[in-house]
Amino acid sequence: MIEILLEPFKYDFMIRSLITAFASGAMLSTLGPFTINRNMGFMADAMAHATLPIIAVGVFLGFSISELGVPAAILIAIFLGVIIKNTNVGEDTAIGIIFSSFFALGFVLISLLNVTINLEDLLFGQILAVNTTDVYIVVFLLILVVTLVLVFFKQLLFYSFDPVGAEVKGLNTTFLNYLFLILLSIAIVGSLQTVGIILVLSMLIIPAAAAKLVTNTFVTSIKVSIVFGVISSITGLYLSYFLNLPSGPSMSLVATAIFVVAFISNKIRKKGSLATVTVS
Amino acid sequence: MDTKEVNSASTPLIISDGCCVHFGNAPALESVNFSINKGKKVAVVGPNGGGKSTLFNAIAGLIPLTEGSLTIKGKSPEDAKGTVSYVPQKDLMNWNFPLSVKQVVEMGLTNRNTISIFKRKKINKKIEEALESVGLLQKINENIKSLSGGQLQRVLIARALAQDSDILLLDEAFSAVDVGAQEDIMQLINNINLDGKTILIATHDVNNLEDKFDEVLCLNKHCCAYGDPSEVLTPEVVEEMYGSHSNLLNNLHLPNSNKND
Repeated sequence: MIEILLEPFKYDFMIRSLITAFASGAMLSTLGPFTINRNMGFMADAMAHATLPIIAVGVFLGFSISELGVPAAILIAIFLGVIIKNTNVGEDTAIGIIFSSFFALGFVLISLLNVTINLEDLLFGQILAVNTTDVYIVVFLLILVVTLVLVFFKQLLFYSFDPVGAEVKGLNTTFLNYLFLILLSIAIVGSLQTVGIILVLSMLIIPAAAAKLVTNTFVTSIKVSIVFGVISSITGLYLSYFLNLPSGPSMSLVATAIFVVAFISNKIRKKGSLATVTVS
Repeated sequence: MDTKEVNSASTPLIISDGCCVHFGNAPALESVNFSINKGKKVAVVGPNGGGKSTLFNAIAGLIPLTEGSLTIKGKSPEDAKGTVSYVPQKDLMNWNFPLSVKQVVEMGLTNRNTISIFKRKKINKKIEEALESVGLLQKINENIKSLSGGQLQRVLIARALAQDSDILLLDEAFSAVDVGAQEDIMQLINNINLDGKTILIATHDVNNLEDKFDEVLCLNKHCCAYGDPSEVLTPEVVEEMYGSHSNLLNNLHLPNSNKND
């Protein structure tokens, strides 16, 4: 068994992939519980899709996707934040407009600039192609995201639960709003090579949703979400290695399987506690 | 004369001088004048859209004034941020979050310099004291989703108490809670008031206000009346607030209703 688990480590590209999978899984699932409880899934999806034109121009100028990570993330987060705040068409509508128009612009730019890019890899991830620099960048982004969440945890929690109360208390709610958007954007852009534009949402949302079903407190749900996220990404990578499957979709499906198990166990637990109450 | 009376007679805490708030071209508050002294317990009444929440938001520094001035302890609402505790309407909060009672109360002690990685015994002590005073210490580790509407309101009041400010704003504190819970909350407010805190409560209940509050502020975009409920709450003022719907309030006990019979 251990031999099977260690087999992929014979190859450097698999070691790089495993580290990247771990970092992406942990980074996305740290922010997942905030995202689902704030109903920001659609916003996160829009962020992922809005990266396409930036990637198109960046790759055309000679940068790699991971090198574009932080500046692209900050640009997208601020742009989305400002647009949503200053339009009066409704948040969902504004996100929908940005989502589709940026995605379309990305494809047009790739065609116009004649950018050499594998669209399938970009949309669904191609973790096996990461190089050493990519690994360093993703690990750095993981440390950055986790550190900032830890430092500002109480303020972010207050703002997420009660934005009005947080503002009255004197918290800098504009800073907290953009901080969370930037962290989310960093995690998304940093994970594009792992799971791609389309599937990044699954690794953000599904481990957090599964964790919410099996935990009672927010802090525990973050810890369990991280465990589920890392298990999904690593197991997905193993499956793709041994069964010759695409890595991004494999990770996404493992996360879904965990969610299904959590969902069933939650139902059984609720039925059990209802039966106990009825009997007593 | 007790301490509360001395303080309240001498110290204006919140002064509104011609305070106006407009949203675009629509007026939400127009030329509102009042002066609330320290230690007073004030009911803010008026119809939906009458400006109760807008006034609270202005006092809390959440929205700018279009005209006039509003001072809290001599400062502008923006500068006085953090010195006012605000319990907003419950539907403005995100109840998706599976938080414990302790986490919610701790928010009253969270400020912009709070760094989460340091845990302090002092914080835990303040949380316990605040919960003790609202009678919910035994629920400290429970999930807020397991609490009743009245208990939730008391947790939010505990959060405001933990903040330890002089002014407490409660927006619709009695909505969506049963009569027993309303009584518990009122009792709690009386206790807090006895500690010298100034309390403003937006409420739809204009019944027996003179028994519960020192003063009433009647709003319908403008200030219809302000003062002792037994003096200012006349049928004319009620009609000014609620217009053609004031006949629906005929069965209520208004302190001055007999004078006009």
